[in-house]
Formats: sequence, C-alpha cells, structure tokens
Amino acid sequence: MPHDDHDHPHALLPPEPALRVKALETILTRKGLIDPAALDEIIDTYQNKIGPQNGARVVARAWSDPGFKAALLQDATTAVADLGYYGRQGEHMVVVENTPEQHNMVVCTLCSCYPWPLLGIPPGWYKSDAYRARAVREPRKVLAEFGVTLPAETAVRVWDSTAEIRYLVLPMRPERTDGLSEDALAALVSRDSMIGTGLPKVPS
Amino acid sequence: MSSSAPEPVFEQPWHAQVFAMTVALNEADRFGWAEWASRFADTLKRRGLNRDLDGGDDYFHAWLETLEALLADQGEAAPRDVQSLRDAWEEAYLTTPHGRPVQLRQQ
Repeated sequence: MPHDDHDHPHALLPPEPALRVKALETILTRKGLIDPAALDEIIDTYQNKIGPQNGARVVARAWSDPGFKAALLQDATTAVADLGYYGRQGEHMVVVENTPEQHNMVVCTLCSCYPWPLLGIPPGWYKSDAYRARAVREPRKVLAEFGVTLPAETAVRVWDSTAEIRYLVLPMRPERTDGLSEDALAALVSRDSMIGTGLPKVPS
Repeated sequence: MSSSAPEPVFEQPWHAQVFAMTVALNEADRFGWAEWASRFADTLKRRGLNRDLDGGDDYFHAWLETLEALLADQGEAAPRDVQSLRDAWEEAYLTTPHGRPVQLRQQ
C-alpha cells in the first residue's frame, strides 16, 4: 500500500530501546540461538490465544462440578492440565478458594510471577511498584481502590507468587446463578476476580 | 492502580519482542526461569529505589536491561557488539526511504 509521508523522507526511527532489542535479536539470530518465526509465534500466542478466558473456564467448571473443584484445590497443575491448560509459567499452580470467612488476593512482591496458562500476561498495575508494595501492607485499602469492599468479618489473605508457585483465586459463585451453563458462568468471571482484586459479575 | 479496563497485552512492539526473546531463550535452556526472575527482581528493585515504577514502559526497560546484562555475563552478546548493531540499525532506519522494508546493510 503506498504510504507517502513527506515529513518522513526516511523510515520512522523506532525508540532507543527498540533499537537495542533489534540489536540483541540480530546477534542471537545470527548465532542460531533464536528463530524470528518462533518469536512471532510466542507473541501471537500471548496476544491472541492465552488469556483470562482460560482461567474463567476453570472457575466455571469448579463451580459446576464438585469433583473437579476438589481435584483443583488438591492439585491445580494436574487438574487444569486435564482441561488443556499447561505450559510456560504454569509448572506449579495453586488455587486458593474464597469463602465467606476468607478472601484471597495474589501479588508477586519480587517481580511479576503470574499463572500464564490461565491468565496470560499480567496487566500493568499487577507489575507496578504501587501494587507490589501495597497489596501486602494494606490489602483492604487496595481492594477498596478496585471497588471491592468486603464484610468486616471476612479476613483477607495475600499470597505471594514466585517463579516456583503461582496462585489463582477461585472466587465465590455469585447468587442467583443456579442452572446457568458453564459458558454463561465463565462469562461472569473477570480477570481481576481470579487475582482477588475483583469479584465475579452478578448476572443481570 | 485501576480496575479491569481492557488494555493491550503489549503496549509497544518492542515490549513484545523482548518478552518473546526471553521466553525463547528460556525454552532453549539458555537460562532457567528462576534465575531470570531473580535477576529481574534485582533490576526492578534497583530501578524502583528512586521512583515508583508504573508497570508499563518502565517495566520493559527493566526487562531489557536484565536481558542485556544476562547475555553479556553469558558471553552471548557483548555490550560493544550490541552497541555497534544498534548503531547499524539506526543507520538503516535513517537511510531507508519511507515505506521500504528496513534491512541491515551486509556486514
């Protein structure tokens, strides 16, 4: 497609870090350490295929099938692998269940460890210093900023993900959802509800 | 911190590239993910001393710095080689007519 722009007689210069990334990529490709086509495939996977919709399927199944829920809480990695969700950064996943007594919330205080096969790549706020520092120190305040207010009698437990263990929150099934299909239930499960900074949607 | 408004997975193409390179190198067993996470955490901590990192562009700046240092330590990409290829790419962009594919000159 012709694309003439007289303000730019030459190709638009990318930002400094992009040039450094291209330099690294060139070196590693020439050494045969990486394959540019494989990089495209990885990007496509995380941009288009893997995301919170996977975790939502897992939650909807757990809400619908007590046997699956028990297996999930016992050994999440195996239970979700049976649904086809496994791979990078999902080697050891642990699911923590919200109850009226305890609300769970996940953070990675050191960097940004996250259950990729179930939630994809973490959102910016999960990676921010503010969230990483404050989730542990003042979880109720952070929850309030996300619009989540819990009853005073509900305790908040914060789980710190690491490169070895990645947590997913199993939210409580909303009321008035009896008889809903797994598809309909999955549509209620937001990404934030599986990190613990949100609650599932309530059916309208 | 904000709630769950939709946002792109990668805000900038280079964020995606540096992410994918790291994942590919980990998969090729060039380094373990625990080693990566520990080095990355150190970079984040150092960079976060002076100001709060917002988890967006500055997060991937830290990511790139970590990968560059790791590859330099491993002898896979020496800083001077990275610099000279970076300069070669810059020249390629500045000398390629707009709309044409940008390629490195034969070296």
